[in-house]
Formats: sequence, C-alpha cells, structure tokens
Amino acid sequence: MSDTARENIMRKLAAAVADRPAQIPETGALPIPALCQAEKIEQLKHFMQSVRGEVHVVKAKDWVSRLQDLLRPRALKTLLYGPATPHGKILAAGWPPEDPGLPRLVPYAAPVEDFKSELFQLDAGITGTLGAIAENGALILWPTPEEPRLISLVPPIHIALVDAGNIYCNFSDALTAGSWKAGMPTNALLISGPSKTADIELTLAFGVHGPREVLVLVLEA
Amino acid sequence: MRIYPPKPETVYFFGTCLVDMVYPDAGMAAIRLLQREGLRVVYPQAQSCCGQPAFNSGFPDEARAVARKQLHLFPKDYPIVVPSGSCAGMMHRHYPALFAGDPDLALAEEFAGRVFELTEFLVHVLKIRLEDRGAPVTVTWHSSCHALREMGVIQDSKSLIRQLRNVTLLELENEHECCGFGGTFAVKQPEISAAMVADKAADIRNTGAGTVLGGDCGCLMNISGALQHQQVPITGQHIAQFIWERTNG
Amino acid sequence: MAETTGFDFAKNIRHALGDQQLRKNFKFAMGSMIQKRRLIFADEAEFEQLRAIGSAIRTRALAKLPELLARLEARCTQNGIQVHWAETTAEANATVLEIMQRHGATRMVKGKSMVSEEMHLNHFLETRGIEVTETDLGEFIIQLAGETPSHIIVPAIHKNKEQIARLFQEKIPDTPYTEKVEELNAIARRTLRRKFFDGQVGLSGVNMAVAETGTLCLVENEGNGRMCTTVPPVHIAVMGLEKVVEKLSDVPPLLRLLTGSATGQLISTYFNMITSPRRPGEKDGPHEVHLVILDNGRSRILTDPQFRQTLQCIRCGTCLNHCPVYTRIGGHAFGHVYPGPIGEILTPQMVGLREAGVLATASSLCCACEAVCPVKIPIPGLIRELRNASYTATPTGRVPGEGFKRNLPETLVWKAWEKVNRTPALNAVVTRLAGLMGDKAPRLGPLKLWSRYRTPPQVARRSLHAMTRAQGVDDE
Repeated sequence: MSDTARENIMRKLAAAVADRPAQIPETGALPIPALCQAEKIEQLKHFMQSVRGEVHVVKAKDWVSRLQDLLRPRALKTLLYGPATPHGKILAAGWPPEDPGLPRLVPYAAPVEDFKSELFQLDAGITGTLGAIAENGALILWPTPEEPRLISLVPPIHIALVDAGNIYCNFSDALTAGSWKAGMPTNALLISGPSKTADIELTLAFGVHGPREVLVLVLEA
Repeated sequence: MRIYPPKPETVYFFGTCLVDMVYPDAGMAAIRLLQREGLRVVYPQAQSCCGQPAFNSGFPDEARAVARKQLHLFPKDYPIVVPSGSCAGMMHRHYPALFAGDPDLALAEEFAGRVFELTEFLVHVLKIRLEDRGAPVTVTWHSSCHALREMGVIQDSKSLIRQLRNVTLLELENEHECCGFGGTFAVKQPEISAAMVADKAADIRNTGAGTVLGGDCGCLMNISGALQHQQVPITGQHIAQFIWERTNG
Repeated sequence: MAETTGFDFAKNIRHALGDQQLRKNFKFAMGSMIQKRRLIFADEAEFEQLRAIGSAIRTRALAKLPELLARLEARCTQNGIQVHWAETTAEANATVLEIMQRHGATRMVKGKSMVSEEMHLNHFLETRGIEVTETDLGEFIIQLAGETPSHIIVPAIHKNKEQIARLFQEKIPDTPYTEKVEELNAIARRTLRRKFFDGQVGLSGVNMAVAETGTLCLVENEGNGRMCTTVPPVHIAVMGLEKVVEKLSDVPPLLRLLTGSATGQLISTYFNMITSPRRPGEKDGPHEVHLVILDNGRSRILTDPQFRQTLQCIRCGTCLNHCPVYTRIGGHAFGHVYPGPIGEILTPQMVGLREAGVLATASSLCCACEAVCPVKIPIPGLIRELRNASYTATPTGRVPGEGFKRNLPETLVWKAWEKVNRTPALNAVVTRLAGLMGDKAPRLGPLKLWSRYRTPPQVARRSLHAMTRAQGVDDE
C-alpha cells in the first residue's frame, strides 16, 4: 500500500513542479553578531532567567562543591547521572558517600526498560551540554549512550553544566561551528528552561511534564 | 519607500464612485485643496469606478472591463490623485496583476505608477502647510485597511491633522482593526460585519471625540451609518473636507 | 475521508456571535497574542528581513519538493526511521493501526498534531479498541470535553478557567473543583504522568523535517512531546508532505519565525531534533521510529502556481490571532480542521468549493493576516482567487468545485454594473436617478441587509461629476 502511494504521490509532485525554473534563488542569511564570551554569558543568563531558569557562573574546578552548596537547601533524596561521562566521573569522585544533607547519586546504567519505575521517582538529574545559545537562552543537549535523554526530562529538577567557551551567539552559529550536518545524534535538543504552558486562559504556569526547575552551572576556566 | 515626483503643474483627479455618489462635497474639497496649492486639476468626466467591487467579489472579467475604461481616460503624464486608500490601492497595487497577459498591461503598469492617494500626495509632493482657522475641536481617526496596508499612508494622513493647531487628535484603542465594511463583505456576511462596526463605533465613542475622520468613504459610510443607527451624535467626515473647512476660514 | 456534510456556516456564525462568553474569551486571548507577538518582533525592519528569508526557504522547498522528500526518505531510512506514504487519511490511519496491531499495542499517548486532526485519528483508533490520550494540555482539555480544537496553537482557547475547572472535576476521578491555574496544571501533570509511563506507542506531528540529515523537528513547551517521543518503545510521527525543508541551516530562521509568531516567544522550552531510533548502547528512546507522510490533496494544491503558496504555511496560527473575523466567531464556527485565514484558503482546496467555498466569504480582505504571515503567504489574494474560482464560467481544474456559485441573478447584477460603469452616459443617468431617490431607495436585497444595522447611505442630489462641471473644472 505504501509503495503504490509513494509512486502515485511522487508522480503527482514531479508533474506539479515541472514548470519550475531550474535556478531557484538562494536564501539570504541573517548576520551572526560578534559577541565576546562575557557578553554571551550575560545574554544567556538574561534569557534563561526571564523564563525561570536559574544560572550560576562558577569556576570550573569548583563546580562540584558549588553544586553541593546549591543542593543542600533543596533537601533532595536522589540525583540521577551518567556515570561513564567525564563530568559524571568527576561528580562521583567528589561526592561524599553518606551525607544526609545531599542526594544519593543514582547512576543511569541500565536500559530504561529495567529502570523505569525508579526513574519516575527520582528527584533530580544532571547532564552536561554540547553548549548553549546566547541569543535565546537555550542549552544544547546531545544525548549519548553514556548520558541518556530522559535524565533531562523525567526528574522534576534538571541540572546542566555549560562550558563557558561553548556558548554560541545564535543557533545558526552553533550549527555551523559544530558541523551538525556531518552527523546528527539520535535526538539533539534545545532546552531553554523549565517546562511551561499557557493553555489555560493564556496564564503562564511552570512545571508541566518536563522539569519544573532548570539549574545551570556555567563553568569558566 | 515610494519615490515621489516633484510638484507638477497639472494633476488628474479620480473621484471614485462612492465620492461621486455619496460624498461629492469631499471630492470637491479635495479638488479645491489641490487648486489652492496652484495646481490645475483635471477631472475627466467619463470616469466611473476603479473596478474594486467586482474584483473582490469573484468577478475579475467585469472588473477588468471597467478598469480598462478608466485606463484610457488619463492619457497624459500627470499624477492621478485619489481621495481613497482603497481605490488608490486597487489601481496602484492590483491593476498590473489584473492586466497580466493583456494587451493593455503596459498601459496599466504606467497608469498604476502615477496613482497617488490624496494625503500622501499633499504631504510628499506638495509638502502642504496648513493654517487652522477653526475653533478648537476633538477628533479621532480611523485607519482604513487599504490605506494602512496597501498604500502605507496613515502617518501622512495623521500628520495633516496634527498640523491643525486647534484640533486635538484622540487616538482609537484599536485604530488598525477593520471596521467591517470590506465592500460586499458587509452584505455577504452582514452579522460579522455588524459585530465589527459595533466594536469600532464603541471604540470611537470611548475616545470622547465629536467627529471621526477617515480617508475612505466606504469606511465612513459604514461607521457613520452604524453610529446614526445607534443614535450616537458623532459625525463622520472625510479628511479632505475637514481640512478644507478648517483652513478655508 | 470526506468531511461531514451538514456544515451550516451561517448557523455557526450566528451561534458564535450570540455567545457572549465565547466572544469575551477570544477577544482577550487574541489581543494578548497580538501584543506578545508585537513585543517579540518589535524591530519591524528585522522582521521583514527575517520573513523574506522564511518565505524563500519555504518557496525553495516547495519548488524541489519531490527531490527533497526522496532525500528525506533516503536519510531517514539510512538512520533507521521507517518511512510510510499515504495518499489519503484513510491510508494514514490504516498505517498507524497496522503498526499498533503489530506490536499488540492498545495504549497511545499523543502530542499535538493538526495532521492527526485531519485524519480524525482519535476516533478511528478508539472505535477499534485503542485508548488514545492527548497529552498537550489544551488537547487534553478538549478531549475531556469531547470537542475539536478551536485554534491551531492553543486548542482550548475558547474555554475559560471556570469551564475547565468544572470539566476536570466532572471527568477526572477524585478531582476537586479548583480554578487556580497552577492546581489545574498539577492535576493534568499527575494524570498524564501515569499515561506516559504506561504508553505503548507515542504519536507526534512534525514541525519541520530536514531532508539533508533526515531529521524530524518538534517544537513544544510542556515536555509532553518529548515524553511521547522518548518513553514509549514505538514513536510514530505523522506529517503533511509539505513540511520538509532542504537544509539544517534552514532551521534557525524558521524556528525563530515559528515560535515568535505562534506564542510570542524567542524560543520554545524544547526543540527536539530526532534523527533515529535508539542506537546500540543507548539506554532510552524508542526502538522503532516511523514517519507517515500524508498527501490528502497537497499534491494537487502544489500544481497551481498561485495556490501552491498555501503550502508555505508553517502552522504558526498568527493569521488567526490577527483576524477580526476569527476573533469574533472563533474556530469551531469554521466547521473544519483548519480555521481562520489559512483555513479559508486551505479547506476549500482540500475538500472542494462546494463543501467549503463559503469560507472564502468570511473575510473583509483587511490584509491584517498578510502583514504578519512569517512566510509571506498572500492570503487575501488567494481568498480572492477562490472567489473567482467559485463564480467562474470557465473551470480549469485549479480547485475542485469551480463555478459552484454561478447563478443568474448575481451574474446579471455584475454585468449591469459593468455596463453602467463602462458607459459614461448610462452612469450619469443611474447616478442622477439614485440622487433623486436620496435615502429613499427601496430596501431590497443588499440595502435591506445593510439597513438592519446601519442607516442607509444618502445618495447626493448632485454628483461630483455634476459639481465639477458646474464649477468649471477642466475635463482634459
């Protein structure tokens, strides 16, 4: 059925565009602004905070202890992470094993089929990022075998680590600089803050199905 | 941005069918304004309608036949001044497409290039200066859709009102929303049209202005008709007539 | 699948205009959306530049459509996405059902998809024993109410919070009455979290599909789209065949235009770019991803050089927001899947003029939609073309049902109008007669309709023709 449909559709489409000129003009492009790193960090902070994202700029060597400071007041029980990632290893190495004031680290080490019930009960998840986009305050996530997608979706708090040197001016900038077209991951993601909706009387409300809190640590060298 | 010609000696005047039949004083006022600026105004007596009513109603052949008649009545290279954003828009924007593939296409394009809405002509070609001789008055302004979106002349119209120092312009809350005329729309979808003009009338009432000014007689007919039907004592007037009366003393 | 007949536009309009609550809800909502959009596109020159790019991207994609669809299919297939083609909504529904049955699946979770509304997918699956749960909050609300969406982006915009509070209390077990928006959202979140967990198949639409990389892009704010496309073991994406774009570099400008125009946002909360099912070593994501490409009349629309511009649409909904007609009658009055200005041009082309040509009368041609369309579709011009097609005596097959409105009375009226306006002497006579009648013309036909809500126009005793002659204005 699908093959006949394909044939019929393609035949109709080919006939429909037969009158088109061979040369179709190319599209112009918007210029990519030239911003320095400090400006990009400021823009990122501004836009994320405007949609209730929380952004902290920290020294790269201090991020684990800074994270612990930020998490203590929240009294979380569990923190999901990808143990085989570079930042996952640093996190585990710097985490005290029996501290009641901090969440227990939970590695995402098994396929979701074996892990689903537990996953849906966890308090927070931490991921790295490919970078971020200053112009609209978006994180770029490229999930991998070591860092599955659901870490940044299921637990109600998402903690994200951004290398300050990987903040792009805008989305076009990120696509070109990163040569995305050479190979896309299973599910690349832009995340600009906590989940939200305005479906009821256009009243904005946060924390629907995705995380209700997004906590970003921008790591400076 | 449109490029305007220098001030000419002579202009054509295309009155429009609504001005001809319902608001001839506004047409005459516009002609007087142009004459007062030193122009010779030519009004070809054989003119009738730009063709828009049929054009918008699904009858392009009939529209083209009427438009074609107008094309041949303005042969000299004078600007064609039109006291309506809607009719100016029809001729300036739509005539070329209407005559696509037609022997009169070149003529239509040349004609279209010479069409100017009245207020843009007064502001950009004549650079008119107005001296207000009237008593203080409050007015509000309705932006007709085609003057706004096809001809882009609303700022020109309002700048003329603002030149009149005894006139206070109180702006509508929803100045840019359609009044519901839309030519045959008012009779094809009378209830929706009525709902739209009711809101426009309420907006006008809420400004507290005594008069509503417009550059398009279709809108004025619609709005005035609704205001009168509701027995609201606010008058609608064409901007040309308003300016002429205020500056003529 | 044929649209339901018995579509009475006039009755729907009367009903909508008489519903004060509806009008109040829409007036508030549309005003708010207009304001938000204006803020996000405050720089008009920049917006014009951006939408010129958007228009070029869409025009280019349509000009190369078969080539791009072939490339999309090849890349997707290479990456493990299974591509299916459907000429009709019946075929698309059958494809979705077949995938579900192959997996023995009876529970589907759905993200928002207007194409799935075209398919009437929910009804189709539900009558075959499949539980379909809408997970977008607006869609969830209208599913509980047993209604269809009234807007492309905010489907439940016609409801206020009191109506929603009552609905939740009545339809969701163990739910108290609350009008607090935060609490209503929390109820929805709790209810749907269970459904995501248990879902066997997730269905989504596609905002744009990138041919260069075989990537399906989805825009959303709530996270339900990610849930539907990541948690269940099977993901089915349904897409109108016009939604393809050529290159990855086409995405950023279109995304900016889409989120800005649809909701007045710089960017949505999430932008998902899906290129394959779960890869070896990955721990989550669907094992199977399917793409169903639907025609449903689009290939015919592509044939006509003017009407093909309809297919540039990126479904932002901003034309609805700016339309004075839509604001007053809402989406349900249109009686079909796509309401508002885009619906007025798309629907008659999809289901034929006989069924939906009347929609083209619901416009004053104010051009507010055209001024804000992010891909520069000349909507008023296309409405006009549909009116022409409705009356034409010489059908050319551009739109099904051409000439359906042709009737003797109207033809004669316009022929008479033409004659009068082409014949100066005749015009003078008619003008004189009308002038003598003043406002005492018999209130028949159009004048009767006019006079219901306005005083009739007063035709002047002396026309401008007569005045200029009397004043000695030059004739040449």
